[in-house]
Amino acid sequence: MISFLSLYYPLPRSLFSQYTLPLSLACTGEESWVDSRTVYIGHKEPPPGTEAYIPQRFPDNRIVSSKYTFWNFIPKNLFEQFRRIANFYFLIIFLVQLIIDTPTSPMTSGLPLFFVITVTAIKQGYEDWISHKADNAINQCPVHAIQHGKVIRKQSQKLRVGDIVQVKENETFPCDLILLSSSREDGTCFVTTASLDGESSHKTYYAVQDTNAFNTAEEFDTLHSTIECEQPQPDLYKYVGRINIYLDRDEPIARPLGSENLLLRGATLKNTEFIYAVAIYTGMESKMALNYQSKSQKRSAVEKSMNAYLIVYLCILISKALINTVLKYVWQADTNRDEPWYNQKTENERQRHVLIRAFTDFLAYMVLFNYIIPVSMYVTVEMQKFLGSYFIQWDDDMFDEEIGERPLVNTSDLNEELGQVEYVFTDKTGTLTENNMELKECCVDGHVYVPHAICNGQVLPGAVGMDMDMIDSSPGVDGKEREELFFRALCLCHTVQVKEEETVDGIKRGIHQGKCTSSYISSSPDEVALVEGMQRLGFTYLRLKDSHMEILNREDEMERFELLEVLNFDSVRRRMSVIVRSSTGEHYMFCKGADSSIFPRVVSGKVEQVRARVEHNAVEGLRTLCVAYKKLSHVEYEDVCRLLNCAKLALQDRDKKLAEAYDVIEKDFILLGATAVEDRLQDKAADTIESLHKAGMKVWVLTGDKMETAAATCYASKLFHRSTQILELTTKRTEEQSLHDVLFDLSRTVLRQHGSMTRDTFSGFSGDFQDYGLIIDGATLSAILKPTQEGTRNGGNYKEIFLEICRNCSAVLCCRMAPLQKAQIVKMIKASKEHPITLAIGDGANDVSMILEAHVGIGIMGKEGRQAARNSDYAITKFKHLKKMLLVHGHYYYVRIAELVQYFFYKNVCFIFPQFLYQFFCGFSQQPLYDTAYLTLYNISFTSLPILLYSLMEQHINMDILKRDPSLYRDIAKNSHLRWPTFIYWTFLGLFDAMVFFFGAFFLFDNATFTSNGQLMATNTQMMFGNWTFGTLVFTVLVFTVTLKLALDTHYWTWINHFVIWGSLLFYVIFSLLWGGIIWPFLNYQRMYYVFMQMLSSGPAWLSIILLIIVSLLPDVLKKVLCRALWPTTTEKIQNADKLYKGHLSEFTPLSSLHAPPARKHEESQNSAHRRSDSSLPKKLMCTYWGGRRDYCTFSSFLQIGENPRFSGAAYAYSAPGPETSV
Amino acid sequence: MKKEESSERPDNTAFTQQRLPAWQPILSAGIVIPGFLIIGLAFIGIGIALFLTSQTIQVLERDYTGYEQDSPCFSCTSSSTKNCTCEITFSLDKPFTGPVFFYYGLTNYFQSFRKYGVSKDDNQLSGDTTYFKSPQDQCFPYQYDSNKKPIVPCGALPNSMFNDTFELFHVVNKTKKRVPLDGKGISWWTDYNIKYRNPSPVNGSLANAFEGTVKPINWPKPAYELDPTDPNNNGFMNQDFLVWMRRAALPQFRKLYRRITEGDYAAGLPAGDYSVTIHYNYPVLNFDGRKKVVFSNVSWMGGKNEFLGIAYLVVGSLCLVMSVVMLVVYAKFKFKEDS
Repeated sequence: MISFLSLYYPLPRSLFSQYTLPLSLACTGEESWVDSRTVYIGHKEPPPGTEAYIPQRFPDNRIVSSKYTFWNFIPKNLFEQFRRIANFYFLIIFLVQLIIDTPTSPMTSGLPLFFVITVTAIKQGYEDWISHKADNAINQCPVHAIQHGKVIRKQSQKLRVGDIVQVKENETFPCDLILLSSSREDGTCFVTTASLDGESSHKTYYAVQDTNAFNTAEEFDTLHSTIECEQPQPDLYKYVGRINIYLDRDEPIARPLGSENLLLRGATLKNTEFIYAVAIYTGMESKMALNYQSKSQKRSAVEKSMNAYLIVYLCILISKALINTVLKYVWQADTNRDEPWYNQKTENERQRHVLIRAFTDFLAYMVLFNYIIPVSMYVTVEMQKFLGSYFIQWDDDMFDEEIGERPLVNTSDLNEELGQVEYVFTDKTGTLTENNMELKECCVDGHVYVPHAICNGQVLPGAVGMDMDMIDSSPGVDGKEREELFFRALCLCHTVQVKEEETVDGIKRGIHQGKCTSSYISSSPDEVALVEGMQRLGFTYLRLKDSHMEILNREDEMERFELLEVLNFDSVRRRMSVIVRSSTGEHYMFCKGADSSIFPRVVSGKVEQVRARVEHNAVEGLRTLCVAYKKLSHVEYEDVCRLLNCAKLALQDRDKKLAEAYDVIEKDFILLGATAVEDRLQDKAADTIESLHKAGMKVWVLTGDKMETAAATCYASKLFHRSTQILELTTKRTEEQSLHDVLFDLSRTVLRQHGSMTRDTFSGFSGDFQDYGLIIDGATLSAILKPTQEGTRNGGNYKEIFLEICRNCSAVLCCRMAPLQKAQIVKMIKASKEHPITLAIGDGANDVSMILEAHVGIGIMGKEGRQAARNSDYAITKFKHLKKMLLVHGHYYYVRIAELVQYFFYKNVCFIFPQFLYQFFCGFSQQPLYDTAYLTLYNISFTSLPILLYSLMEQHINMDILKRDPSLYRDIAKNSHLRWPTFIYWTFLGLFDAMVFFFGAFFLFDNATFTSNGQLMATNTQMMFGNWTFGTLVFTVLVFTVTLKLALDTHYWTWINHFVIWGSLLFYVIFSLLWGGIIWPFLNYQRMYYVFMQMLSSGPAWLSIILLIIVSLLPDVLKKVLCRALWPTTTEKIQNADKLYKGHLSEFTPLSSLHAPPARKHEESQNSAHRRSDSSLPKKLMCTYWGGRRDYCTFSSFLQIGENPRFSGAAYAYSAPGPETSV
Repeated sequence: MKKEESSERPDNTAFTQQRLPAWQPILSAGIVIPGFLIIGLAFIGIGIALFLTSQTIQVLERDYTGYEQDSPCFSCTSSSTKNCTCEITFSLDKPFTGPVFFYYGLTNYFQSFRKYGVSKDDNQLSGDTTYFKSPQDQCFPYQYDSNKKPIVPCGALPNSMFNDTFELFHVVNKTKKRVPLDGKGISWWTDYNIKYRNPSPVNGSLANAFEGTVKPINWPKPAYELDPTDPNNNGFMNQDFLVWMRRAALPQFRKLYRRITEGDYAAGLPAGDYSVTIHYNYPVLNFDGRKKVVFSNVSWMGGKNEFLGIAYLVVGSLCLVMSVVMLVVYAKFKFKEDS
């Protein structure tokens, strides 16, 4: 399905979309040095004597993403298809029909099966053909390789390991390459991996220093060199190797190779004229290809109940066949019944053993009744899901103007699961917040600085150096120096690149306001925000040139620092460092990182002041970073260099050694200060969370951020209300008390509340009772999840108690989470005893694990690349779209598919049960009631389209109402439309209808009414109707009844519904007229000839058809009307109300008043007023907030700023001031 | 770049946005109560009409199986007697309005047996003489006779054709007056005219076309001699044969034997005594079957069937009752709403 959908995207993406990145963080420690490969660059032997030349065989550079070849398509595809249990079942039935003498011709099950198999095969074949085409395009695209000192063109698939390749700007790398030389003097090149992981930022890769001088094909012809490296492994960001260069006849020079030298297949060269590189992993061994992994299939709850129903029906089928077989032999005990003189058996039949006969009869009954399990249901469900997913993709409301993206459906199998979500796990950064960072303030030794704020596009003057905490605003000379050092530190300690063009995707900002000639790009938006902030504070980072970083200081003087080492950021250390040499020759090491990772490594500086400020900022919901530095003496620097090089050159466990080296180097810092970056809440995040709450979902925020920041965001996004009582389960608390006690304390608290809640169930979320919010951190969580030694006593208990607490909390915040822990939490909730349906939403690579773990994974196409979006089941552009996704699309698809499933079983009971009853009147001889054509076409053409279109078009309630009234979502919670009572109701309705059809026709035939007096057709005077007329009468009533039953259930009649419902009935009539109207030359029986017409020429037949249809529909109509009047569901109330207001309900009335106590009406209108005022406020205004002083003791939301009367403007005047505005 | 953006943007049509104009009916009491009322009244109307019509239809049934010892045909039940004839009598108090239809009825006879039903050769029956030499296999064991000669028409269904014959006499002053029976047009028009075909006569004789075949085992006469009185009523085009070949759906059935439409009896059977002379051939007792003769006339709604009328009446009144119940419920519900 993935690649089928990806047809609509440009080619490269369609291929790469199948490649998923590994959970790079999740699989640490799995790295193993299995064995190495030696690559001879340019296929040249090394100088004799150095090493034995063992040519290794490597695969060619052909990429195969297709599944089938031309030759194996049919057998392989058939094999795959018949592995599906349903297809296999129908195949067995078909084979049974072929082997034994069965009542129906093999056509009746063979044809639908053939149809299903063919449709699927065509679909899969087409998908595969597309991937073949894509493969061919890639495999045959020309590349430039060096051979015998000349650049020649080659097909990409003919590249071999060891070939030297020339890649020009904007070309894609044909395989995994080691960068040998670059047209840029410093031996770097820029690469974007947009097609690999969606990150459009330019990443820098480095050429091997000793080969960078080789710049032409001729020169490369003289290069003798080998590369030793590990065998390919799928981790994109890990590579360990060593290059040996034989310059002269001396000992080779060995250089380490790391992932910074490795250019990955699929990435694109940017900003670099050309490069030379050597192929090391080709074809299916390239890292991209190794990352090809088919996602594990997620199955929806609906599918599970469907399978349960199937088993029930299989049991019904088998018991029907058994009952009939037994009855047959009981009935046949009398030989005159078994073999009346007019129907003699053959000698052969008489001699057959009774058990064999019974078994054959049993199989024959199975064949006769097998239609009760509809082969077409699977096709219909699949088509419904596939076509239905387009409505999600097409939805204009979820289209994002800013980035021009629409929602992406990676799997359509879960459409209905969107309507069943009970737990929402959301990431914070980039999901709840915009991940659009802006430096809000920095704090140097406790002095607070606010950079030029941009307000409505204009720079507010004079905010520099504004001091909030200190009364004397001018720090001393010493302070001045520290301040500048701090700014320089921020200008130098980063991995930001300067992009000197205008159009770059991703993060871009003009360095010089107005000129917009260059912009900053980085994989981390925080860094860009910091560098930009520094620019506003007067220090502009210009560029990295010849490993010198150039910055422009406040006096517009150029300062140059030589960049010596970069100790890159990683999420374990949570910090990064650089070592630079100033123009005066001093060595500095700057380090920035999370407070928790910096403070323990600081030896001096105003730690307390900075810590206080950091905590304050965290409470405000700002992202804080601490900056520290140390001066290195020359000797120290040498030591550092040695340590680092040693680690870098290691072939084994390089990462571990590097980490150890970093740990040794990064210590004894002097604290400079801290920064605070604001990450604004996403548009309508709070509204969305509130809606989800009202819809009965529990929202959990899982973040790696620190508790205070995360908690502030939670308040801002209305996850926690001011009335929410916060329960803390953090390391801080468990240090004071044992985990055991804390857990029991908390559970007592919530259980007390639980008691009061049962008294007060009707008030729901609007009631006055205390609602609880839980905050838990990663360390405590792992303590809870960890199986303890005395496991029998406590181990499982903790988890249970914790789950019990969570169950009673309306919101949970998990902070300081490692990516894997996010997945663990999802897993834990999934496995809890109610087995709730979970949804995980996130935007970054660290959310991938939880997205994959949850029942429904939603990725946000955000700033942190596309990894999450690609691994998700659905990808959206903004968090707010989740509301429509769940409340509207999820709700619709659940209701639609529930009806689809129930209806399918119902119509097949109606279909087959009369056939079962007929066995009692044909001596249990397996005589089919219906003609072959009817048996075959019932499910695939007479009754298939109306339900398919119903399940695509039905809207039982208007979209706008669904969106406005999230509590409607509760009506479908817990798979409510597919519970056993509903299923049994449908089944019994089917049985009732079947009885009506059969016995209605039976009584009429019994008394031989069915004779026409010939008034309609003059030549016919008086005829008797035979068994086929009987069957046709039943069948006609059947087709009309089941179609009209669907019509009764349809609430949304577009012209399409009219067309398919009436069209199907018309088609049935026309088909029957045609089928009976002609002597079909290819049939060896003409039993249906004129049967339908003769039936229609009889008045009583018409009368009884009408009567039977009405009688069959009567109980359902009655049930509907009575239930609607006596025990209406919320949905039905809303429908009634909507009817009353002629469809304008959504515009005029507050919906909540229809089904909630009047108190809520007030709240509702208030909320909408808030929303209005929120949206009317330009976000930029928020900067002025800093002009004033405010206390920060309470958790306060960003939205309060908007609610501040000063800014609310006219829009606010309409709404009554609510309790939340009185801050 | 611009272009790509616009192509990514979904089409903003009513269809893609799921906002097609639609009629949104709701099965609320307001629609259903009047609906039920109308349906109920209409059904009761139809029901009364059907019921009354059904009452005017006269039916007369006589069992002649000979199961009981005192029944007139008892003597014919022993298998040893050949060409047995028996007679049953009945008298009509009031005239039987015409046209009167004369049926024979069988009970406990399963024409709906699956194998029995397919045991015939449609190709033979459509006059294809190539199948006269080698009938299709589904006719087995009525495919070839013991001399390996092909049976035409083959199969169990033709073989078991009902072969009792009846004569109806009006007893006027102790003299029997033969009531003319019309055997034409008692089968389906399409069966007679299109579906079943005799083989084209060889040398002007239908019998020659059957050369080399044998008659079905149970038949006294070959197919081309079924009706000696009317040469056009022979072979596969014999009306009685066609009636028999249309299988009954249920084990208790009637088939049309003759119509009484001619002569003095065109307007019906006048009151008086009648006797039916039965040429008793067809064995039914060994499978517990019964045979009977039925006289009936028809109306615009076919033969006598009180079920349809009663069903209409019952359903109609149910609808009325339901509409009243719903009205009560609805009124209560409304009342609750308003308060």
